[in-house]
Amino acid sequence: MMAETQRQEIVTEPQSRRVTYCGVCSLPPEYCEYGGTVKKCQDWLQKNEPALYDTIWSPEALEAATASLSVEAQKRAAKDAQKKAAKAQAAEAKQADKLANSHIVIKRIERNKKKFVTAVIGLEAFGLELKKVAKDLGKKFATGSSVTKTPSGGEEIVVQGDVSDEIEEFLLEKYKEIPEDNIELVDDKKKKKAAAAAAGAAG
Amino acid sequence: MFKKEIPPAPKSKLKSSVQRGIRQSILETYPLLARHIEEIIPKKASLEQMKLPDRAALYILDGEPLFWEHDDFEPLLPHLKLVHRFPEAFPSIRIDRGAIRFVLSGATLMAPGLTSPGGRLPAPRDVPEGGEGADEEGRWSRELKKGEPVVVMAEGKVEACAVGVLVEGTAEIKEKGKGPVMEECHYLGDGLWMLSTD
Repeated sequence: MMAETQRQEIVTEPQSRRVTYCGVCSLPPEYCEYGGTVKKCQDWLQKNEPALYDTIWSPEALEAATASLSVEAQKRAAKDAQKKAAKAQAAEAKQADKLANSHIVIKRIERNKKKFVTAVIGLEAFGLELKKVAKDLGKKFATGSSVTKTPSGGEEIVVQGDVSDEIEEFLLEKYKEIPEDNIELVDDKKKKKAAAAAAGAAG
Repeated sequence: MFKKEIPPAPKSKLKSSVQRGIRQSILETYPLLARHIEEIIPKKASLEQMKLPDRAALYILDGEPLFWEHDDFEPLLPHLKLVHRFPEAFPSIRIDRGAIRFVLSGATLMAPGLTSPGGRLPAPRDVPEGGEGADEEGRWSRELKKGEPVVVMAEGKVEACAVGVLVEGTAEIKEKGKGPVMEECHYLGDGLWMLSTD
């Protein structure tokens, strides 16, 4: 019956309400139980909004909430919640795994004997926005820097000039979530001879 | 309709004439918002639009999502964050506890969730002109028609959990007691909810 009392207060005072949202799952805290990260949400709420925590997760409130459901429905809901939590956990584990396994390749590509461009491949695996990073890199090194599509379908950042070492340093400095071991420097020379040989073989 | 995550798109400023039009249609669709309209869209403010997939669009003011619309749906629908700010200004129905988890995973809202003891459908009664509202039990003061926008509250919860357009009038729902009530809605935790608008 809380909804009604609150609603009436508003009628007398036409101002918008401020709703607190959960810092973990972003839902209003009373809906955290459906978010799949219940445990974390509870901890967050207890820490940040102890008063709200008490109204939602106190034993009395929980009992009142489940009393209206039949035993069977309760069981089903519990099972559902379990499944959701398991799913969320699996997704998290997968994410961590992916992060550990993904590599960033910084490639120095020879463009014209003395001129180079540097391609950075694989940043998106770390949840970075390529466009923003490209802009930052361009600013940092005062060179052209763009996001280009690779033939294989992905996207990479291409920075003009040979700045591979600096990029590595910059990335490690700015994005602490990238482990140093996951950055790889590659030197990519134009394979004129190889290309010519291939052409010769074909002809 | 926003089951999938929505990739953030660039925002663009709206022409002030378009903004006036939107303001007008908001007032037409939601007369109860009239006394809050200055707080929602101040005259001086400049509204921004973000284009979403499937020809949908979201209107944003200072990083706060306000309304969204879809080509096929005529009315502008409020973002749930706005509903949470002005819950009394939107026609509402209520679902029982058992239905919450289905709605929050994007299922079509079905009639039994509303007709059961925990659910609430409008109960027509006499109210003063322009004084629409929900009674203590959460029943709206007039029957809602097919195609009307409606906010879905939930049994035992304070905040609304979904918003959408009725595919069946509330009178028919009471009569039939089964079948879909609301399709393609915006619910807590969906793509639109998760979309960052800063």
